[in-house]
Amino acid sequence: MKELLDDLDRWRQAGTRVALARVVDVEGSGPRGPGAAMAVSIDGEVVGSVSGGCVEGAVVTEALSLLHGERAPGMVTFGYSDDEAFAVGLTCGGTIRLFIEEFNW
Amino acid sequence: MTLSPALAERIRSGLPVALATVIEGPGIGNHLLIIPGEEPQGSLGDPELDRVVHRDGVAELEAGRSGIRTYGPQGQTTPEDLEETPTLRIFVESWSPPPQMWIFGAVDFTAALARIAKSLGYRVLVCDAREIFATGRRFPMADEVRVTWPGPVFEERGASLGVRDAVCILTHDPKFDVPAVQGALATSVGYIGVMGSRTTHERRLERLAEAGVHAPEDLARLMSPIGLDLGARTPEETAISICAEIIANRTGRGASRLRGGSGPIHP
Repeated sequence: MKELLDDLDRWRQAGTRVALARVVDVEGSGPRGPGAAMAVSIDGEVVGSVSGGCVEGAVVTEALSLLHGERAPGMVTFGYSDDEAFAVGLTCGGTIRLFIEEFNW
Repeated sequence: MTLSPALAERIRSGLPVALATVIEGPGIGNHLLIIPGEEPQGSLGDPELDRVVHRDGVAELEAGRSGIRTYGPQGQTTPEDLEETPTLRIFVESWSPPPQMWIFGAVDFTAALARIAKSLGYRVLVCDAREIFATGRRFPMADEVRVTWPGPVFEERGASLGVRDAVCILTHDPKFDVPAVQGALATSVGYIGVMGSRTTHERRLERLAEAGVHAPEDLARLMSPIGLDLGARTPEETAISICAEIIANRTGRGASRLRGGSGPIHP
């Protein structure tokens, strides 16, 4: 989060809507621990990272859906299991859970 | 209520702060800002829930931990109380000041240990009573160099040491290491390592006993001889052996080879 503060300030001052995604849980091997965060502005600008590159693209999609009112704030899970072999996964085989919300607080 | 400016200010100043967020259940997206010794700001939706989460958040901060906790809507925590209620999952994210490592003895090993500790994120203090050895020029990587006996440093700031912190006593000198061990044992520091051969360790135990330190629970806290058995020789290798022991102590792992084990690496 620390590395996002300057950008979050800038967006707040400009009145730009922003979604914030934070890792809240990691199971098995995960590249980043709880607290790893990224922010996505409604213009599609991205700062921070949550996984070292594995799932960031999918997080941007979820973040933009949130800002466009197509999904509610809540949890998003990424990781492989046998029945979702084509889902977005982590190369390290772990599972990460993120909480996505609008940064308006 | 706008919480993020206060949060940002604490994070930027390196002061302890935690943010609790409801991530599942009633009131999803509610926040509570937790600053030790201050009233909580914001609300998770219920005053009693706020009180309980604030209390737990302060403890998480002290341990430097972030994670998910489960509560009832009025802060219920016991399994019986949670049976009949909807549950909230709350993510408590902690921003703690860096852990501290205090190194006693300005010897060959000190600079290497200070360097490795810095790369692990510690705030490093080096202390030695000998003015010619304990200089900032010899230890530019240390955050602080003190020329004094161990006693005053522990009296002044021993209360700031907690489970995440480490005291490493590298002096080999009974005049210095006995008071350093006594000082460290009086704190709740998580790791106390004392350098020396097995013979030195035996002699040190005798001197500690003379000084009144003989309770088994106290002696059990001393990692002495210091470090993991890596066959380390150089100061840098020794520093890695010490830091590896600190990590293994914190995680409760046996520090054997991953290759020899089975099951998940991060259970």
